[in-house]
Amino acid sequence: MALVTLINTRSPLAAPAAQRAVLEAMPLERGFEDALASAGQHPLVRTETRVLQMNLGKRCNQACHHCHVDAGPDRLEVMPDEVVDTTLGALERSGIPTLDITGGAPELHPRFRDIVTRARAMGRHVMDRCNLTITTLPNYADLPEFFAVNAVEVVASLPSYAPTQTDRQRGEGVFEASLEALRRFNHLGYGREGTGLVLDLVTNPVGAFLPASQLALEPDWKRELKRRYGVEFNRLFTITNMPISRYLEWLEQSGNLSAYMEKLVQAFNPATIAGLMCRDTISVSWDGRLFDCDFNQMLDVQVDARGPRTIADLLSAPALLQQPVVTGPHCFGCTAGTGSSCGGATTT
Amino acid sequence: MDSYYHPPDLAKFPDVGKDAPELWEKFLGWYNSVFTEGALTEREKALIALAVAHAVQCPYCIDAYTSGSLEKGATPDQMTEAVHVAAAIRGGASLVHAVQMRNKIDKIGM
Repeated sequence: MALVTLINTRSPLAAPAAQRAVLEAMPLERGFEDALASAGQHPLVRTETRVLQMNLGKRCNQACHHCHVDAGPDRLEVMPDEVVDTTLGALERSGIPTLDITGGAPELHPRFRDIVTRARAMGRHVMDRCNLTITTLPNYADLPEFFAVNAVEVVASLPSYAPTQTDRQRGEGVFEASLEALRRFNHLGYGREGTGLVLDLVTNPVGAFLPASQLALEPDWKRELKRRYGVEFNRLFTITNMPISRYLEWLEQSGNLSAYMEKLVQAFNPATIAGLMCRDTISVSWDGRLFDCDFNQMLDVQVDARGPRTIADLLSAPALLQQPVVTGPHCFGCTAGTGSSCGGATTT
Repeated sequence: MDSYYHPPDLAKFPDVGKDAPELWEKFLGWYNSVFTEGALTEREKALIALAVAHAVQCPYCIDAYTSGSLEKGATPDQMTEAVHVAAAIRGGASLVHAVQMRNKIDKIGM
């Protein structure tokens, strides 16, 4: 697989500051703060923190063209042991009910299974954001069984049930490998009614357009994946591509950046705001800093300076309550159309 | 101007209403109702629009309903099949007129 990471190709956009500069220089018809104000929602503030999202690093066995993390096999950043332990300590004392594990491919982290079992022992709900193909690699082939034993909710990426679309975004052969993985999850009971083993799929557009209605797509996806491939799953999440990192570079290079940003701004929907993930999720980077979401993390925009700034500072979940969410032009991605967050659309 | 068609012109479509606002409002209200989900889904309507756009060979409509179909969740293979339907009807419409040709041959031939 060609290494397309911005770091590897020495792209200027490898630097988060360069990405922010591009976005801030866009001549948008209004800023995100103005849009919030017009909806009577300014300032956007955090509510009760219900999800601790742990980004274990940028290493990944894939190098998808749209990746907002700029993850890939050549990335070396992984969460050190002390940050892992500090984060688990914060999870325990804070009482935050859900641990959402992401990356890169988080399963590549040497402490991944330890993190899952310790969080489950605390009684926390654990979600793993899985690229599926990781489970087809020899050293990780038993991951589905590990997930099932620990009742981990698997949130798996699959942009399209059309093989060519998925491969265009995620790399040649990814669709077939993903199918193989999905069938193994199904075999264990994942995605099947009554088992309690939850398998969600995440779809994001293969190009510069907004996702379709999650409500309308889910029954189609269930029908088509079952009919074409005999695959089942529980829920479909639609996620809008964010103008960050490799997707930002693609937008620029393909001449789609201006039109895409205009589309996001024009599709601003105030009804999406209540369900935005930045309000109830705290995102921890591989080096232990806190962010309002994974997108802010990749743009290196930390949480508001008045609250805890690192996971070591997070003594309790209420410490974040009513803190202003730090926003920027990219936030129009989460408020466009039916909205977008880690759990998919934020409205129906 | 080196062409009658310029992609940025699509965004100027509402300007057509400036000199006949009542007619524009009536058109827009009807147009929006047409594309609202009813007996057909919004995706089915977008695919029909895409096919018709090709039949009438309207670059603006092809632009709009390519994006529109994708944003309603249509896949490229579904969209391509929709265009084939339009092409088949256009081709068939030509071919079926061969019946008239044959009628004429029969009439004037021996």
